[in-house]
Parts: sequence; C-alpha cells; structure tokens
Amino acid sequence: MTTPVKNPETKVKRPDESLFKRLTRQQLFIPVAALALLVLFNLIADPSFFMVTMKENSLGNPVLSGNIISVLDNASELVILAIGMTLVTASSGGQDISVGATMTIAGSVILRLVCGGQVNADTMQMNLFLAVFIGIVVSMCFGAFNGALVACFNIQPMVATLIMYTAGRSIAAWINNNQLPIINDVAFKYAGTFLPGIPVPTPVFITILMIAVFWLVLKFTNLGLYTQSVGINPNSSRLNGLNPRMIKLLTYVILGVCVAVAGYIRISRSGSINYSRNAENIEMDAILAVALGGNALSGGKFNIYGSILGAYVIQFLTTTLYKYEVPSTALPAYKAVVVILLVVLSAPVVREKLASMKKVPAKAVKEVS
Amino acid sequence: MPKGIAVDKQGRLKERVAMSDTNLLLTITIVVFFVLYLAAVVFLGGSFTKPQNFLNILNNNASLIVLSCGMSIVMITGGIDISVGAVTCLVCMTSAVNLEQQGGNVFTVILIGLGIGLAFGVVQGFLVAHLGIQPFIISLAGMFFAKGMTTIVSKEPIRVTNEAFLAVKDTRITVPGLGAPNKLGVYVPAYVEVGVVIALLVVVLLFCLLRWTKLGRAFYAVGGNNQSASMLGINVRRTKFLAHVLCSLLAGLGGILYFLHVGSGDVANGAGDEMNAIASSIIGGTLLTGGVGNVAGTFFGVLSLNTIKRIVSSLGFDEAWWSNITVAAMLCLFLVIQSIVLLRKNKK
Repeated sequence: MTTPVKNPETKVKRPDESLFKRLTRQQLFIPVAALALLVLFNLIADPSFFMVTMKENSLGNPVLSGNIISVLDNASELVILAIGMTLVTASSGGQDISVGATMTIAGSVILRLVCGGQVNADTMQMNLFLAVFIGIVVSMCFGAFNGALVACFNIQPMVATLIMYTAGRSIAAWINNNQLPIINDVAFKYAGTFLPGIPVPTPVFITILMIAVFWLVLKFTNLGLYTQSVGINPNSSRLNGLNPRMIKLLTYVILGVCVAVAGYIRISRSGSINYSRNAENIEMDAILAVALGGNALSGGKFNIYGSILGAYVIQFLTTTLYKYEVPSTALPAYKAVVVILLVVLSAPVVREKLASMKKVPAKAVKEVS
Repeated sequence: MPKGIAVDKQGRLKERVAMSDTNLLLTITIVVFFVLYLAAVVFLGGSFTKPQNFLNILNNNASLIVLSCGMSIVMITGGIDISVGAVTCLVCMTSAVNLEQQGGNVFTVILIGLGIGLAFGVVQGFLVAHLGIQPFIISLAGMFFAKGMTTIVSKEPIRVTNEAFLAVKDTRITVPGLGAPNKLGVYVPAYVEVGVVIALLVVVLLFCLLRWTKLGRAFYAVGGNNQSASMLGINVRRTKFLAHVLCSLLAGLGGILYFLHVGSGDVANGAGDEMNAIASSIIGGTLLTGGVGNVAGTFFGVLSLNTIKRIVSSLGFDEAWWSNITVAAMLCLFLVIQSIVLLRKNKK
C-alpha cells in the first residue's frame, strides 16, 4: 500500500499535485521525515554521534560500540513489540497496554526456571531453550486471556488489558515469591549481550529474525489480509466466512509470543529482574511506534514496516536525548513535546490545511494564465 | 446507539436507552458496594464495624474521587485522559516548591493547581477536539510531559512546613453521632478532612451538571453518537473540548486535595492514579465507548475499589502484590458482568 505505484497512469504529473503533497501522502512520510530530522540534527550538532568503534567488552571480546549500535541494540525489544502491537491494533482497533507487565511475567518465569528456584544461581538449572519455550507458552496464555476478553466479551482492548497492566507486575513478583533471582551464567546473557566472537549485539540478530519470520508469514499466509478485513469491518468479514473472534484472539496470542521474546531479551541483558521497573513505560513507546508508523490506531489497514521504523525513530530520539545528558527522569517531558509535534503534523486536519496552503497560490496562477 | 437520543416536549435532550443502561449499571455498582461492605462487617468485624473506618476510605481517597469524576466525564464523551495521575503529581510538587521555597500561601497553591489543570486541559482538549487526534495518544504525551516536568521542578521530596497550610491540612470536621470509644474508653469523635467535603461537593455539582444542564446532556449525546449529536445542533468539538478541560481542571483540583492530604511533594505522588480512576469509573458503570455513565456510580466505584483493597489486606494478604491482583480481578469481574448485561440487553 505504501510502495510507489508503478502504474504509468499515476506517473503522469498532475498540475495540481505538488511533489510535497505526493510525498506527505505516503504513509511512511512521517517516520522517515522524523528520522531524517534526527539524523540531520545530530550531524550538525556533533558528527561524532555516528562514530562506531571497536572496543573490548568485559569478557575480552572485541565488540562494536557507538551510538548507532546502541540504537540498534536497545530498540530490539521495542521493534519486536511494535510488530505484535501493529497486528493487535489492526484487528481490534485498540492497543494492548499490558505488554510491559507481561514482559515482566515472561522474564520472571524464565528466570525462575533457569535458576531452579534459587535466589543466586551460578549455572543454569534447566535447558535454556526449554525455559524460553515455557516462557513463550505462558506469555501466549496471557495473550489469549486478553484476546478472549476483547474478542468474546467485546471489551475495549485498552480496558481489557488494563487488568493485566494492573496485576501483571504483581503476578511476576508472586511467581518468584517476591525474591530477586540473579543468574551469573555467561551463556544466559548471550541473547542480551554478545555471542562470543561476534562483534554485533545478539538482540539485533533476534530482531532481524523476528522481522524475517513476520515478513514470511505476511507474504505466504492470509494473516495480513484477514487482520485488515476484521479491523475494517468485523461484521462483513464474518459474512465473508471469516471468524473475527478467532482472528482477534490469534493476533493477541501472536503479540504474546513477541512479548515473551522481548521479555527474554530484556532480562538476559542483566541476568536479573526488577519487578516494578522492568520494561517500564515500554507499552507507551510501543503504541507510539505504531502511531508514528502511520497506522491508524482505530484499526484496519496497517503497515508493519512503518511500525518497525517508528520504533527505531523512538529509540534514536531516546539515545540522542541521553547523549545531551538529559536525565532519564526528565526524558519523558522532551519525548512528549516531540510526540505532540509529530502527531499534530500527521493529523489529517493539519495536513489538509498545509495542502490547501500550497494549493491556493497555484490556483491563482492558473486563473491569470 | 443513534436511537438512544431523543428530545422531550420542552425541547431538552433525553437519552432513553442509554440512560437506562446507566441506571442498570449504577444499581449493580451500589448493590455490590453494600454487599461488600456488609460482608466485611459481618465476617471480618474488627475495624470494619467502626464508622471511622468508612470515613477513612473517604479521607484517603478524596483526590481519587475528584479525579475519577473527571475521568468519567471524558469517558462519557467517548474519550480518555490518562494524564490525570501525572498532573496530580505535578501539582503537588509545584505547590510544595511554591510554599517552601518561594514563600507562597494557600491561595497561590489553589491558583497553581487550577492553573496547571486548565493549561493541560486547554492544550489536550484543543488537540483532541479540533485536530482530531486520538485522546489516548495526546493524554499519553500529557502524562509523559507532566512526569518529566515534575522531576525538572524538583527531584527531592519536599515536606511542607508552612503553618497556614498545615492548619488547613489538619482541620478535622467532626461528624456528629458516629464517634466511638477507643481502647481507653475515651469517646473519640468521627471526623473527615476538608478535602472530603470539597470532593463530595464536586460529586454533587457534577451530578447536577450531567443530569440537568444542556452541557451535561450534550456530553452524553456526543458520546452516544457523534453524528446524530451534531445533527441535533450540538457543537461536538466544543463539547469534547470542554470535557477535556473539565477533566484536567478536576485533575488539578485532585492534585490540590492530594497535596492537602499528604502535605508533601514527591515524584511518587499520585502514581497509578490514572489507572485507579479508570478502574473506578468502569466499576461505577461508565463505558469506555461513551454515552453511558454517572458520577454517582463513579463515587461508589471508588468506595468499592478501596473497600476490597481493605478487605484483602485485613485478610492477611498484606503484601503489595495482592492488592493489585484483587483490583485487577475485580475490574475483570465488572467488565465481564457489564459486557454480559449489555449483550443480553441488546439482543432483546
């Protein structure tokens, strides 16, 4: 939908359509413009922002370091969440605000299994893949719970997920008996830091893998089409033989998988967990990523790549602000200003105003000639 | 629900179907509250039998009552405002700095509170109503902004020592006839704080506003169906704008009441209150789809929410996580009840 149409008819330049207008109509205009603006700002203010160097990490491996690497690395969880959030938004016209809490639950489950109930474990007590798999299954169950409330009881998604948002962190604490288990096994931290001998952070690979999986799924199955049709009109899609409930439920379960993967990356960065602060406010960032990507938050058509780009823009912004030594507690205020500017610029009313401002002089010229 | 709106003989707006939904959900809420409280009195006894216990729920939640009422109004128009908790926090911190470091007095505190509320309301209302941006996104940005600004104003907790302020804070209004003798046999009168009186006043005023004024009926009409409302000659944008202004203004007032109750500015003030306010509104029978709701229900929603919190903690589950899990379970229960009730009604 956003790829430039190769149709020869549309290539004919219409006189009343300026380049600016055609550009702004593209769905990806906002995230690309925001990214370009941020890059430009950093280039002018301090070109050393883009410097990438080789350093040795604490294990003695040579690894890449620099702001760009940090953006790619730290955005991983957000990108993975944004993919699932886009599907949920498209199918149900609402957002899941419990992802941060469910990430904490998944992390808590994985940590408990890996530590085997001990508070401080030096070696993993369970096969890591099995533990992560169980974490994913648990997270899928919570996704299914949210999805059932939305799909079967017709509760608005934000309200339905408010339940898990309120209880999630408490459940996570309860799973581990309110203890804070720490795992010191190096192998556990591979997913969140670096694999031995590879200079690129592992989360980047996991993110690429997830994006590739979803690309394949959307290309070779009808998931995307069905999700859009359910989001646009559930009744008519039911008349066309789809089951809107199943599809809504399915998108929430898929989000559950994304949440578990993101939760695993988050805890494997440090090998420990803090129930109240783990992945705090990430649900807000994930929703913003979807909105930034030009997706309607009221559901329907979606573009998953817009959301992915949106997630990277948000992380880019965060890293830029950190570089200028904005304290992490004051960060939200700056983010809010940027967000408001972006949504105001992308608001249909403002876009029309801008377009008509460009249009009026053109008309005047026409009349004269 | 376009059929929900009708005009009666005097030309006033009436919302027949939606109002009956409101009444039904309100009744459920009130019944649940009384059942909960009576069950607590019968089975747990102890502190629940004392009237002061009930009054303490009010004392601790005066701010939440005001916040939830504002939230209900926005939810009735079909919007949402998740910035209220953060605005509360910003008002507390700014007031504390003003009292302690800039020599302010009680009146400047009131001005600051209402001023901050009004500023948030005007900006958010304009963006939502006139630019058509999703209220969730705008109030999310508002929440981020208020949270960030709070730490910019001050990171350290500030304890207020201003005497005039403390005098207002410690004023206790005795409720006649509800006192009880303490362990030593001395009669202790039951009391409420100043904030409770203000909060109750707000509830009554808003109840009247929603039920008997043109603006109040317009809130329901806009929430029920935008297009039919505008066909009835209601200025939809102005109504939505006013709902957001009112909600943020009430958040400012809630901030003042919170400040009056705790007497300090802290970045943790009002944390999670937006979720408590949404939960209270929902338990009180307000639907997020708009057009259905009542501040009286919201008031009982706040009471039910806090009663169940108290019951859980007096049962011995006093770890912090049980409180959250019960609130969530209660929210879940109410959402499912509401959904089933409304589904069955719509089928008839």
